[in-house]
Amino acid sequence: MAIKVEHEIHQRRKGRNMGVGLLLAGMIAIVFGLTVVKVLQLGDVTKFEKFDHVARPQIIPEEESN
Amino acid sequence: MSDMSLNETIHPKDGHEPSMGDYYALMKPRVMSLVVFTALVGLLVSPVPVHPFIGFVGILCIAVGAGASGALNMWWDADIDAIMKRTAKRPIPSGKVAPGEALGIGVALSFFSVVLLWLATNALAAGLLAFTIFFYAVVYSMWLKRLTPQNIVIGGAAGAFPPMIGWAVATGSVTIESVLMFMLIFMWTPPHFWALALFVKTDYGDAGVPMLTETHGRDSTRKHVIVYTALLVPVAIGLGFTSIGGPVYLTVAVLMNAWFFKGAYDIWKRDDAAADADNYAVEKSVFKVSLYYLFAHFVALLIEAALRLNTGTF
Repeated sequence: MAIKVEHEIHQRRKGRNMGVGLLLAGMIAIVFGLTVVKVLQLGDVTKFEKFDHVARPQIIPEEESN
Repeated sequence: MSDMSLNETIHPKDGHEPSMGDYYALMKPRVMSLVVFTALVGLLVSPVPVHPFIGFVGILCIAVGAGASGALNMWWDADIDAIMKRTAKRPIPSGKVAPGEALGIGVALSFFSVVLLWLATNALAAGLLAFTIFFYAVVYSMWLKRLTPQNIVIGGAAGAFPPMIGWAVATGSVTIESVLMFMLIFMWTPPHFWALALFVKTDYGDAGVPMLTETHGRDSTRKHVIVYTALLVPVAIGLGFTSIGGPVYLTVAVLMNAWFFKGAYDIWKRDDAAADADNYAVEKSVFKVSLYYLFAHFVALLIEAALRLNTGTF
């Protein structure tokens, strides 16, 4: 059976739904953009890295690794 | 199951479907534009450079926060908005948006704007935005607007916060510069509004909102205009001696304050008989000057910031 619009409300609310969709897309873009900017502002990306149950020599402080 | 039942619950009257434009109108776009302008100036004149994207998000949050408080104001004041001609066509009294929807949008956008501003910038800027929304929606709209004829003075404080928030977005602090930018708008609002109240016949009285022209009379309003303008002048000039002022700002401030004070003096010196005779020409002219006044001061601050950028000083 083909999927079809079952109610006129879908047509009536088309503009509103598009608006809400665009707002959500805008919010995603803002959060993504903020994440990129904040991470890039750290300069040294190792500041952002944490131990994740995996040994990563690149984030062990110098004195400990020697 | 049909979703018509839900639709009928929200819009029982005529089944009008609110558009995005109706929701946008809830946010008082004209007020938002002033908020964006003053907040942007507060951000741009600060000594701390801000990443353009973070600055954009900061201003967006301030605008959305202002819009949220506008929606909350419209929700609370729907009863009096329906009585007054100027406001009768607003989304709630005209039946375009249900009161509950306005409340939901106001609360949701308030939280959204404050939390996002905190994440994007700092806790102080977010705290100031939260306080501004609380102040406008609760202290002004719910508490004092219908209680005192000084309501416009109190409401003016909410409108004065945006440059202070913009400054806090960049610097993470409150300083003499941001306090004076706040004071500039705070002291400017009463004479600006009362000059308008003198020549516009309002129906605030019918709605039970005490306005100075009606509770204390028009002569008293004229006195209030000159007193508040006299208090405004040192604030406006004083800003010129801070780190964000300079010769361009001071020149503009001296000229604009002389112009505005002369107008306020003229309003004070005459009575309603004289005003009636020339159809409130002076009051109308002072109201116009007050619009140029605020715009000129903030543009002058921007020019000073641009000059500092060119010369590399701060």
